[in-house]
Amino acid sequence: MATITDPVVRAHKREVIEKAVLRFCGDSGDGMQITGSQFTNTVALYGNDLATFPDYPAEIRAPAGTLPGVSGFQIQFSSGDVFTPGDAVDVLVAMNPAALRTNVKDLKANGILILNSDAFTDGDLRKADLTTNPLEDGSLDAYRLFPVGLERLTRTALQDLGLDAKSMDRCKNFFALGMCYWLYNRSMDLTYKWIEDKFKTKALLVEANKLAMRAGYNYCEATEAFQVSYEIPPAKLVPGTYRNLSGNQALAIGFVAASQKAGLPLFLGSYPITPASDILHELSMYKNFGVMTFQAEDEIAAITSAIGAAYSGALALTTTSGPGMALKTEAMGLAVAVELPLIICDIQRGGPSTGLPTKTEQADLLQAMFGRNSEAPIPVLAPSTPGDCFWVAVEAAKIALKYMVPVIILSDGYLANGAEPWRIPTIDEIPGIKVKFAENPIGFHPYSRDPETLARPWAIPGTMGLEHRIGGIEKQDVTGNINYEPLNHEKMVRLRAAKVEAVTQDIPDLVPAGDPDGDLLIVAWGSTYGAITAGMKTMRAKGHRIGHVHLRHLNPLARNLGEVMSRYRQVLVPEMNLGQLLWILRAKYLVDAQGYNKIQGQPFKQSEIEAKIEEILG
Amino acid sequence: MTTASIPVLTKKDFQTDQEVRWCPGCGDYAILSAVQSVFPELGIPREKFVVISGIGCSSRFPYYMNTFGFHTIHGRAPAVATGVKIAHPELEVWVATGDGDSLAIGGNHTIHMLRRNVGIKVLMFNNKIYGLTKGQYSPTSEFGKKTKSTPFGTADRPFNPLGLVIGADTSFVARAVDVFQGHLKDTLKKAAAHKGSAYVEILQNCNIFNDGAWFNLTEKEARSEHVVQLEHGKPLIYGKNRDKGIRLNGMELEVVHLGNGNGLTEKDLLVHDEHHKNPAYAYTLAQMEDMPGFPTPIGVLRSWDRDRYEDVMSKQIQDIIAKRGPGDLSKLLRAGDTWEVK
Repeated sequence: MATITDPVVRAHKREVIEKAVLRFCGDSGDGMQITGSQFTNTVALYGNDLATFPDYPAEIRAPAGTLPGVSGFQIQFSSGDVFTPGDAVDVLVAMNPAALRTNVKDLKANGILILNSDAFTDGDLRKADLTTNPLEDGSLDAYRLFPVGLERLTRTALQDLGLDAKSMDRCKNFFALGMCYWLYNRSMDLTYKWIEDKFKTKALLVEANKLAMRAGYNYCEATEAFQVSYEIPPAKLVPGTYRNLSGNQALAIGFVAASQKAGLPLFLGSYPITPASDILHELSMYKNFGVMTFQAEDEIAAITSAIGAAYSGALALTTTSGPGMALKTEAMGLAVAVELPLIICDIQRGGPSTGLPTKTEQADLLQAMFGRNSEAPIPVLAPSTPGDCFWVAVEAAKIALKYMVPVIILSDGYLANGAEPWRIPTIDEIPGIKVKFAENPIGFHPYSRDPETLARPWAIPGTMGLEHRIGGIEKQDVTGNINYEPLNHEKMVRLRAAKVEAVTQDIPDLVPAGDPDGDLLIVAWGSTYGAITAGMKTMRAKGHRIGHVHLRHLNPLARNLGEVMSRYRQVLVPEMNLGQLLWILRAKYLVDAQGYNKIQGQPFKQSEIEAKIEEILG
Repeated sequence: MTTASIPVLTKKDFQTDQEVRWCPGCGDYAILSAVQSVFPELGIPREKFVVISGIGCSSRFPYYMNTFGFHTIHGRAPAVATGVKIAHPELEVWVATGDGDSLAIGGNHTIHMLRRNVGIKVLMFNNKIYGLTKGQYSPTSEFGKKTKSTPFGTADRPFNPLGLVIGADTSFVARAVDVFQGHLKDTLKKAAAHKGSAYVEILQNCNIFNDGAWFNLTEKEARSEHVVQLEHGKPLIYGKNRDKGIRLNGMELEVVHLGNGNGLTEKDLLVHDEHHKNPAYAYTLAQMEDMPGFPTPIGVLRSWDRDRYEDVMSKQIQDIIAKRGPGDLSKLLRAGDTWEVK
């Protein structure tokens, strides 16, 4: 059995820097997402602030080595605040020519480029549509190039294990990971632990992956390939206990927290769809919290089963992405009509139709606002960071239960898969959620209303004396009896709208980040938070007076939004759509706001926000 | 005694104050009356009943039942009911639906609910027409039928509803007729007693848009010649003089005459076994209604026990709780690798 030996420690230069952006890219079968998340966990545990951006193709396995098959994982980590995964890359690890070709444009001039030189045969080059070899044609002269025979070196390191060539080659990503650990002076312990756990029934693979990673680390140490390694000290985060958390994980545990706080069992009706499925996967593990996960036969059954669960007294949830939202439309209208608490999570992706399943977009806002027949208003919330997804999940549950309404959460692919260090709250920091079921048959009416919230009573089946009928047909206020009278209908339409509007009493006034008044107010929502925050910081340092409000509540809007906008000379609304929030703001406030729109399936870069501000303010 | 705590209920207890708005003469009245008669006899507290429907004439049913009721959207009642039943397995959940609601727009939910064996009772009112939208053909309308939307006749073959649900491995499959009240009530009681999914097709007359769709079964003269009543353990025998029967010849059914000198007696006939393990048996019975010269079977075609979805799910939850202990939120929040910032 081969053994892992510690490297001979040689003297090399160690440089302390503030931050770095690293990207792993390769074929979708090369394990880039695993490599990236291992690196992420290690730097997180070390105490750096960080943001990640996994970017992978919709195809599970596009033909190996081709351009459509390229999968990437980017991380920015720092001793200071991190708001985005970074614009330009300091270190790029590319496993094949296709990965190089699609990613090298993001590498900084003089950046470190680690290439798997074993993957640059004529055949590999052809698959990437390259006519000349970048290792030889001088096209990479602007970078610090490190061609490393990853396959050859990994096979040499593992030669005594008796593995077949294919299995040995599968470990090459860990060789590259070992190199990056050396480059940033990181301990490999956490990844060792993960490998042991992951392959616990396959001792040989544990050995192989550990050995490959150690070999990568030792390779750097022994060859002095890099003359310098880097040190990025821990960040000064708010004191507390932290973990690394992705947006979808945060939503999942947020719903469990809400269910515990409300004392209600959690029911999820869902149909698998990218990029929302991880919420279903995550929640299906929490059966010891009494969580019921129902993988339905389609998107419609997913939401209607959740409506059934809500009707009988569960905290009910359905999760989906844009195409699934479209299918759930009629059922959302039913939830509005029968006034039951329900949470609908839309993890937005590029559209229309199937669109870009694995890429991010914010173009479902107007669908969430208006995408139902007739007048069917629904409160809409949007998280701004992966960690914020937790808090939005709890708040959505709170609103749904307090006002007896369906609530939509608009997350997106970027938040869903991106991760950041998250300060773990104490149980007491999570808001309590009050729930009251109707119990008293005397004077009971299914559509009587709480004067403050306009909520109707939640009278669940099984409660003696409260037998009653509800449905999608228009009903009389108070009694709930079928009623087609003109004035009653108008009354009910207005009541349902007033109920949603009543949620404003729970929305705190907006306080702009940055300057409280001045030249420019940026109004935005969702996952653009990081790029805007980082970009605005730079531009304020240049002397511009800029404010930023990031809307968590998209329906209803905070009461003072109009007043806040009036304090600035100009209003800019950056969105990953053609201007949907912009449309709402202009319609509602008659404000001459301007949009900044990017619809590329990719998040905004900090530099793009800066350039736009520069363009406006000069 | 638990029975002492359940008040004695009557048919009246299940009637609501709502005006019943079906057309005069509609077969739905008879079904409503039968259900209102059977529910009080089940020994279940009224508040445990939930009646759920989709859209269509039949789907107005919940408004007329003084139980918990939910009139949902077209075709989705089985999915809504599934959510109710998973969240509260102790509830007695019934779905009222029609041939359009259950087999056209709701076909997908119907087969999946039945395949899962969720403990829900489905009453499918089959009148072979769309009534509420005023007379278009349905998935059970006979081939070539001229309707408002098919003035030159339909071009599609109808579903055999019971064949379809047997194909979905439904654990209880039965057929009843609106006007055969005694048999209908009896069938409803059997459905109620069944633990898993029950699918009851009720042949129902729409006297406005498809009057007489079942007259060849329900008219006094036709009845005994065109209907065979299935009874577990009894031969398939019918006819005014009980002189006709069904015999199994290899894989094929055949109609035989008894006592006309051919030497055939009841002993030669097929004896009904509703628990027959092979679904092909019930499927073959379901095909009889489409076979010329054969009577239409009514009663329980198939009844067998298998695990209910909601019980399996509850057990999974209980087992995990027993194994890992009840969920601890604080631990969940701190799951995975954590680190301290001071």
